Amino acid sequence: MKIGFKLNEKEIVIHVPPDKRAIDVLREDLGLTGAKEGCGSGECGACTILVDGESKLSCLMLAAQLEGREIATIEGLERDGIPHPIQEAFVEHGAVQCGFCTPGMILSTVDLLKQNPDPDREEIRKGLSGNLCRCTGYQKIVDAVEAGANKVNSTIKGPASKE
Amino acid sequence: MMPKNRTLQIGQSVPRADAFKKVTGEEMYAADYYGKDLLWAGVKRAGIPHARIIGIHAEEASLLPGVVKVLTHRDIKGTNRQGVIRKDQPVLADERVRHAGDGLAMVIAEDRETLQKALDLITLDLEPLEAVLDPERAVMKDAPLIHDDNPGGNILLKGLIEKGDPDSALKKCDMTVEMSFRLPHQEHAYLETESGLAILKDDNRIEIIVSTQTPFRDRRETAEAVGIEEGRIRIIAPYCGGAFGGKDGINVQSLLALACLHCPGRPIKMWWSREESFLASCKRHPAVITCRLGASSDGLLQALDTEIVFDTGPYDHLGGAVMALGMEHACGPYRIPDVRISARAVYTNNPIGGAFRGFGVPQVAAAMEQMMDILAKKCGISPIEIRLLNAVAKGDKNPLGTTMTGSTGMLECLETLERDPAWTDREKWKAGAGPFKVRGTGIASAMHGMGYGPLIPDTANAKIELTRDGRFRVYSGVVDMGQGNASTCLQIAGDILNQEMTRMELVLPDTDRTLPSGSASASRTTYTFGNALIDAARILKERILNRISDMMMIKGAEEMALIPGAVRHLPSGKEISLADAARMMTGEERIVTSRFRAPVAGDAPTKDQALRIHGIPHTIFSYGAHLACVEIDELTGRVEVMKYVAVSDCGRIINPQIFQQQIQGGISQGIGYALYEDFIMDKGSILTKDLSTYIIPTALDIPDMKSIAVELPEHTGPFGLKGAGEIAIDAPLPAIANGIADACHVRIERFPLTPERILEALEKGQMRGDTA
Repeated sequence: MKIGFKLNEKEIVIHVPPDKRAIDVLREDLGLTGAKEGCGSGECGACTILVDGESKLSCLMLAAQLEGREIATIEGLERDGIPHPIQEAFVEHGAVQCGFCTPGMILSTVDLLKQNPDPDREEIRKGLSGNLCRCTGYQKIVDAVEAGANKVNSTIKGPASKE
Repeated sequence: MMPKNRTLQIGQSVPRADAFKKVTGEEMYAADYYGKDLLWAGVKRAGIPHARIIGIHAEEASLLPGVVKVLTHRDIKGTNRQGVIRKDQPVLADERVRHAGDGLAMVIAEDRETLQKALDLITLDLEPLEAVLDPERAVMKDAPLIHDDNPGGNILLKGLIEKGDPDSALKKCDMTVEMSFRLPHQEHAYLETESGLAILKDDNRIEIIVSTQTPFRDRRETAEAVGIEEGRIRIIAPYCGGAFGGKDGINVQSLLALACLHCPGRPIKMWWSREESFLASCKRHPAVITCRLGASSDGLLQALDTEIVFDTGPYDHLGGAVMALGMEHACGPYRIPDVRISARAVYTNNPIGGAFRGFGVPQVAAAMEQMMDILAKKCGISPIEIRLLNAVAKGDKNPLGTTMTGSTGMLECLETLERDPAWTDREKWKAGAGPFKVRGTGIASAMHGMGYGPLIPDTANAKIELTRDGRFRVYSGVVDMGQGNASTCLQIAGDILNQEMTRMELVLPDTDRTLPSGSASASRTTYTFGNALIDAARILKERILNRISDMMMIKGAEEMALIPGAVRHLPSGKEISLADAARMMTGEERIVTSRFRAPVAGDAPTKDQALRIHGIPHTIFSYGAHLACVEIDELTGRVEVMKYVAVSDCGRIINPQIFQQQIQGGISQGIGYALYEDFIMDKGSILTKDLSTYIIPTALDIPDMKSIAVELPEHTGPFGLKGAGEIAIDAPLPAIANGIADACHVRIERFPLTPERILEALEKGQMRGDTA
């Protein structure tokens, strides 16, 4: 089946079986291995992608559901070679250990901050509770999201609007 | 945080070298490798715990279009046995099924759908045997033998260590406590399940890219199992997506090598599903621990008698070594004059017991640290007092009889914890509990030995190169499974060579390119490899400076300094770029290798050679003192860890951020072990098959943790460091259990402490032990 969608800002058309899982389309057909599979049943969040800006689990989506959508994967988060402020914050604040949950965690964060640009630590914990991490104990992830939210906000508002 | 344009220095929180490629999705894990003309391999597993294999019917499956091969044990030319110490685990089961996860046939197919169909088409003719599911049953005379050839029957390994006369000492004690504890399986639940990609190349060698902690050992084990020369296998070990001990040993390696021998020239991928990973991978050993601990009325420990039974499942894996480390740590970090530690690791048809961060110590610490609290209460002293009173110090002999010659910071950890506001203000905090809630605080101490023990050489071989273009390349021989040791290697070399991160590069473990350096395990990684690397980097530095000073006819290397990208002659200010320096050196000169072997204990607490081979005794230990502040909902039985403080003695810290990551991560897995991770079995089948039923902590379940390091230098360590990978998982379970006992006066012998168990205990007003 022919499926057309926007992937990381580029229009693409691919031929795949409509019932192929979206994660397999991304990883096997398109070579985007940033979306990870940790469980295949929607429990761990490692396969998170953004569909029309909303975080979705690509292991529970079928290829046909990509049709006409705007998809962002972790590979598409950089802009002109400059990492997204959340990516930078994850590096700087030590939120990355084995890193297998990281792409999903970052994309969930992007969605969370869109809905709530200034979350407190409890709200961050709630917002990311669908993404499992076995290495960090989440504390440094929460640190990174807090710091990253400030960066995102100052980027959006511009330095002048900072208090 | 250090800016990027500074040279690397020991002691600074440098962001990890691997982090950037991980946040962009660029980093390739073993699971991320595919390949042109890819084949998929998968395994047909037994599904029942114990049976005689009558037949494997794969005719229909092999005729399915798209199926390339179906292989069974008959296709294996080698030993078909794997294992680190006792080689008792088949690659594909031959005569007997010994647990539900045993593989019997492997299918290699053109795509995943065909693979699944073919696996479903294979039928197994199995004659069920009595499944031995309880270690107590396993040791009975009439129990079926799981391995007919094991001299100990169903006992894989047993050990006894006695010092003094614990029986009479216990009789003389003013206070004694006796209790049993039952610890459950724990699943590693690394997010990257077992995976690898392999190909038999034109040069007749098999290349395996695999998520492993042990590339060099894998190469040997795989070669033996499938019957080819070791030199024909190359293992490449990328960053693991988590491992925690679960990838210390073969999982997909031999299967992939076997597949390659039958399907040359095409890349073959195997990637276990989460359910398959739960079914077939090793777990933390369940244990039953019964102990009697006695003290004089002032709280001074006099005697301990403890009996430990580990359920090692059907294969050794590392079960004997886990048992030995458990025995060695059974007395905790305390002085006890008279002790008896007896232990058994018993074969059963349950899932495989194997390495898991902590390696037998979380189980014994669970028992000992709860006993300490019960005893403190009887003696009328605080849980910190009893620990301070009995803690081992440098120069002491520990209860096994090993002299503590390395840095021994147990007292410093406890004293630091005693001063922490979370401890000093605890009564006020406890009084703040809301309606139907009660709060408690619990303490636990821990010690953790480092390395392989007295008989297995704990060596590492570092290699560093000044590249042709004037950069430094570090060849890391030990896997980075997420703990950050690869980045720490750069920090060590960068400090010595005075370079920035951007002028350095890493080669991850690869049996063709890096040197054998042992496993990423046993809290040894940075200690052992770091020591080797320090030496190599210093030699390379001296060699570069000498070479340039000869070239420039300068008096001596003492007038020269390495600066980022160059060598500077200090008196004249003249510089030569490292790229120019590299051109003046031969390829051989630009590479330095160095070997380090970790020290072993000088005195021997046991003559039992089997225990010594399995690791007793260690000589360097890390220490920790933890405080858990818990709140229990009396209506639901739910426990919440509200605050957590960990004080650790892991020697000097090379990178505080990476150190904290280890401590916080260890605590979190420990919290899961204590409260959430209920691994449920029924007649040899796993009922908690995946992450929807086996619950690991989410971001909502772990509080912000405070981690303090008492930085006592370990004189044998790289820049004074000791291992930090495991110490943090030993104390959380008993600290939480002690916190719950403090809050609501219940002691529960079975773990994890689920709401159901807590409620039941509250209803019964259960106060086992504390009032005994």
